[in-house]
Amino acid sequence: MGLPPYATFGQRVWYYTFRVLVGIILFFLIAPIITIIPLSFNAQDFFTFTPEMLAFDPEGYSLKHYRAFFGDEGNPGTGLLIGLGIGVAVFAALFFMRGSKNVLPIIAGAVLGLIIGKMWGVEGTEWMTPLKNSLKIAPVATLISVSLGTLAAIGLSQSHVPFRRAIMAIMISPMIVPLIISAAGMYFFYSRIGLQGTYWGVVLSHAALGIPFVIITVTATLVGFDQSLTRAAANMGANPVRTFFKVQMPLILPGVISGGLFAFITSFDEVVVVLFVGSAGQQTLPWQMFTGLREQISPTILAAATVLISISVVLLVTLELLRRRSERLRGMSPG
Amino acid sequence: MTDATGPIKAADGRPLKASLNRALRREKMRALMLIAPLLIFVLVTFIAPIGDMLFRSVQDDITSRTLPQTVVALDGWDYDSGSPPDEAVYEALYYDMFFAAEAKKHTALGSRLNYETTGISSLFRQTGRALDDMGEDVIEAMEDNVEALDDSAFWAALFLTEDPVDAGNANAALSWATSVADEPVRLPEGLQMSVAGATVFPKAAAQYVAFAAFTHTVDEDVPAEEDPWESVWIAMAQDTSDAGFADRLANYTGPGAAELAPLQEAVAAPLAELSFQAAFLDQDEDWADAEIWGTIQAFSSPYTAGYFLTAVDRELTPAGAQVVEDDVKIYLKLFWRTLWMSLAITFSCILLGYPVAWLMANLPDRSANLIMILVLLPFWTSLLVRTSAWKVLLQQQGVINDLLVWIGLVADDGRLALINNATGTVIAMTHILLPFMILPLYSVMKGIPPSYLRAAKSLGATNWTAFWRVYFPQSVPGIGAGSILVFILSIGYYITPEIVGGTKGVFISNRIAYHISSSLNWGLAAALGTILLVVVLALYWAYDRIVGIDNVKLGG
Repeated sequence: MGLPPYATFGQRVWYYTFRVLVGIILFFLIAPIITIIPLSFNAQDFFTFTPEMLAFDPEGYSLKHYRAFFGDEGNPGTGLLIGLGIGVAVFAALFFMRGSKNVLPIIAGAVLGLIIGKMWGVEGTEWMTPLKNSLKIAPVATLISVSLGTLAAIGLSQSHVPFRRAIMAIMISPMIVPLIISAAGMYFFYSRIGLQGTYWGVVLSHAALGIPFVIITVTATLVGFDQSLTRAAANMGANPVRTFFKVQMPLILPGVISGGLFAFITSFDEVVVVLFVGSAGQQTLPWQMFTGLREQISPTILAAATVLISISVVLLVTLELLRRRSERLRGMSPG
Repeated sequence: MTDATGPIKAADGRPLKASLNRALRREKMRALMLIAPLLIFVLVTFIAPIGDMLFRSVQDDITSRTLPQTVVALDGWDYDSGSPPDEAVYEALYYDMFFAAEAKKHTALGSRLNYETTGISSLFRQTGRALDDMGEDVIEAMEDNVEALDDSAFWAALFLTEDPVDAGNANAALSWATSVADEPVRLPEGLQMSVAGATVFPKAAAQYVAFAAFTHTVDEDVPAEEDPWESVWIAMAQDTSDAGFADRLANYTGPGAAELAPLQEAVAAPLAELSFQAAFLDQDEDWADAEIWGTIQAFSSPYTAGYFLTAVDRELTPAGAQVVEDDVKIYLKLFWRTLWMSLAITFSCILLGYPVAWLMANLPDRSANLIMILVLLPFWTSLLVRTSAWKVLLQQQGVINDLLVWIGLVADDGRLALINNATGTVIAMTHILLPFMILPLYSVMKGIPPSYLRAAKSLGATNWTAFWRVYFPQSVPGIGAGSILVFILSIGYYITPEIVGGTKGVFISNRIAYHISSSLNWGLAAALGTILLVVVLALYWAYDRIVGIDNVKLGG
């Protein structure tokens, strides 16, 4: 949509005004998030830019909020070394056995080792304990919703499913019902059955909240799945389990992973339900941030926010790569 | 399907039709087997809790549970008469209250009824403390004349037995005790209510069984070693005033027959003076107030519409549902505010989202993708992060006010109050929900062929006419989808209003959270939640009609 050479003056003015307008709206979307990143490096305990910061004086910046956030407990160095070692070992094993040059095991090993090492033995700190709780809850909840959700999505995509609409409505409902209502209901019901205030209560509730995302993404991937492939596999003598793991799973894997990422972020970012269903022992990172925002707001929260922004950027990039891969696998051009 | 050789057969010799049907059935079963685990999971972890909440919004059995006999006795009383109920009601109240006070359940009931009529909570608490002293003349007379009653074991021998022949049915007393204590109580293993004792002292036997079961189950003490409550003594004294008591005692051959002989004569005088009504009124004159009794009567049913009435600023009074006074009307106002603020948020999202979506749909893919990333980044950023950003930016000493002061738009001492009010909530939530408007709008606009606009212009339409008469109507489904989505999300929002809304910018969800965690009025929270749920489901149904739930896309 370029500007044609014959455009009148009015059209030109409108053309540029409109773009400036959209630019301002996009600025409104992005600026709040971008602004808090430099603010998190503030050397003072203020929530605005100090004159030193505006003058780009190094004195005005510091990492003290990050030091407050991460603390100095745990053994990140040891964890990193061990994780890196395991990663390299796996890489070497794969390299010699299959000639694979995929460096994913090394990266994954290093990152996981670093995180686990940092979390190891952390008890009762202001920010690391909630982060640890989040990391203990979110993966388990994700695992439950992904495994059950993928199976059900495959079932739902078959051609003859009785009560398909009703079943779909029930499974999507955790996404539709306002969180405060889910939280209230779960609080009442889980207190009755003794799950309120327990780790498993939080995990189960988060798994329930993540399920719609898995169902939606996996069902969407299965729409493009060629059912004749499974018939071909069966024709050649593979049993349904083998067909599933060798034929269907690799093709729908991008959808499953992105569904899993959605489920993970749902749990990792969730605060309303955990506020009610959890107790002090399950205090998660968003919960700690919420408490901090409501009671005594300290600039450490900006460091926490910046860390979370980095995590979401990584997840966003991963999702985009997965989407492109999925489209490439299905023979569509990326775009 | 038939020819000369009969029905077509499948390879295994069955009729083809049956064989196909079987295959279809098996396929259905397999699909259901795959779905079943998740379905059960969602039903248990999610649908059951929602059902529980709906149930709680009408369930209100605390009155009928804690004061079972009183509620029954009160049934015949007429609130409109304006007079206090008769002696039988006060007697039932005495026994119910006594037990409830021992089980420490009367204060919970008092707080519950206090939501409806203020003052009941302290009335119950004070009366609960004074119950021990009611009828002390009677008890003194019993102690003075029947010394055996001072012995705890004597009571146990009188009313409890290990002999299966003498064992009586104590279910009525036990279910009454279970109801008041709100947990299952039972007699110690091997002990039963003695029929012989219960024949002579029916009331006292029931009271003693309740006492013994409670002592055994809740206090975990041995009943025969504990002094019975005053209520058991009073019940025994009351039994003596029955016609035929003398004959029954004469026929009684069980333990303590001789010791109990002087009982009837001894308590006759003080018992004649005992009036439960007078005793309660002596404690607090409010017990003569028809309002108190009317409240108890109005909430005596195990199910109530009371919470829903409260949720719409009505109250269930003894005289029926009535509008509450103006200064305590909050819920309709809050619902109304939730609705109009959600509308304001939806409208600002349309206003801001439409140009962005339009530009994205009309730019080449490469630039459109760049904008898409700018839209998706906030979408993917933690809600808490975005809310903290606004909390920081909108403060009086925050970046936005600093900027405005620096530009000179506002004076340093006239900094704008952007937070802890409705403005803060609308700004922050518009920012948070904007991607949910842009994404559906974009996917609809992407499907509008640009040639339509060119055709309109080549037919002589001005830019504005071409847009308004040709492009805009085609983008309306996108506006509808985005609006419903944003509206559904915003009326149920809790976190953002809680943090940036102060008191003037909070939603109904914040009130629900308050009733769950602070005021502990769970029934009201459930009723408010139910109303909100109905609104959301209605909107969801509309959304499904307009867009179709299968078309929900995540992240474009």
